[in-house]
Amino acid sequence: MSAAVRPDSWNFPLLLHVLGAMLLVGALILAASTFLLTWRGGSAPLARLGYRAMLLGALASWILMRVGAEWTASKEGLTDANLSWLDIGSTTADGGLVLIIVATVLAGLEARRGSGAAGSGAALGRASAVLVSLLIVAYLVSVWAMTTKPA
Amino acid sequence: MPSPYERCARCPSPRRDSVALVYDSLLLLHVIAAFAVVATVVIFTAFALGWTADARLLRVGNALWAVGGLGTLALGIWPAIYVDGYEIWDGWIIGAIVVWAVATELGRRAQVGYTEAVTHTERGAATAERQATGMHWLRSLAVLALLVMMTYKPGA
Repeated sequence: MSAAVRPDSWNFPLLLHVLGAMLLVGALILAASTFLLTWRGGSAPLARLGYRAMLLGALASWILMRVGAEWTASKEGLTDANLSWLDIGSTTADGGLVLIIVATVLAGLEARRGSGAAGSGAALGRASAVLVSLLIVAYLVSVWAMTTKPA
Repeated sequence: MPSPYERCARCPSPRRDSVALVYDSLLLLHVIAAFAVVATVVIFTAFALGWTADARLLRVGNALWAVGGLGTLALGIWPAIYVDGYEIWDGWIIGAIVVWAVATELGRRAQVGYTEAVTHTERGAATAERQATGMHWLRSLAVLALLVMMTYKPGA
C-alpha cells in the first residue's frame, strides 16, 4: 500500500472542505442531541440551543464545506467528472441543504412557541429531531464515499 | 496518519483487493473518529459561549471525545505503520501524536471544569467555568492544528 501525494496547492481548499464537513456534522450532532433531549423532557433553553446550532452552526458549516468542495474539485479538474463517490457527495450535500433549512425553520418555530412535553412546539421539535437524525446518517454515507471512493 | 480524503493504491489481485478493503475500512473508522472529536469541540463551544449548562449534553460531548480520541489515535497509528511512504517516527506523525496528547489533557481539564460548573452554583463554580472555557478554546486550537497536520503532512 503506497502513500498518495497531493500537490501542495490542493491542500488549503481540501482543508476548508474537511473542516466545514466536520463542523457541519458536529453542529448536527449537537442539534440532534438537544432535539432528542427536548423530545424526552421538554426544555425551552435546549430548544433554543438546537435552533442556534442549526442556524449558526449547520448552515454556516455547510457553506464552508460546499465552497471547499467546489474549490477542491476545480483544483483537481473534477468539476465535470462522472465519478460515483463524487456524485454521492454532491447529492447528499445539496439535498441535505434543503433538509437543513426545513429543520432550522421548524426548530425556530419550536423555539418561538416554547417547547413543552405536548403541543405544537413539541411536535415541531420532534420533526426536527427526525430530519436532523436522517441528515447525520446521510452525511455518514457521504463520509464513507469520500473516504473509500468506491468505483 | 493519512489525510481523510486520501485514496489508497489498489492492485488487481484478489489478495490486494482484500487488503485495500481492510485499509479503506480502517481509514473510514479513523475519519469517523475524527468527526466525533470535532463534534465534541462543537458541543463544548455551546458551553463556552454560555448557551447551555445541561449536564446531559456534557455527557454526550465527553462520550464523543472518549470514542473519537481513542479512535483517531489507534486507527491513525495503524496506517502509519502499514502504508509505504509513512513511518511512525516521521516528524509530522510524532508531532500529531504530541498535539493529540495535549488536546486530550486540555479536554480533560475543560471536562472537569464544566462538570464542576454544572453541578455547583457557588462562586468557585464560576471560576471553574472560566478556566474550563480557556481550556476548551486551547483544545479547539489543538484540534485545528491536528487537522492542518493531517492535511498538509509537513515534511512528508
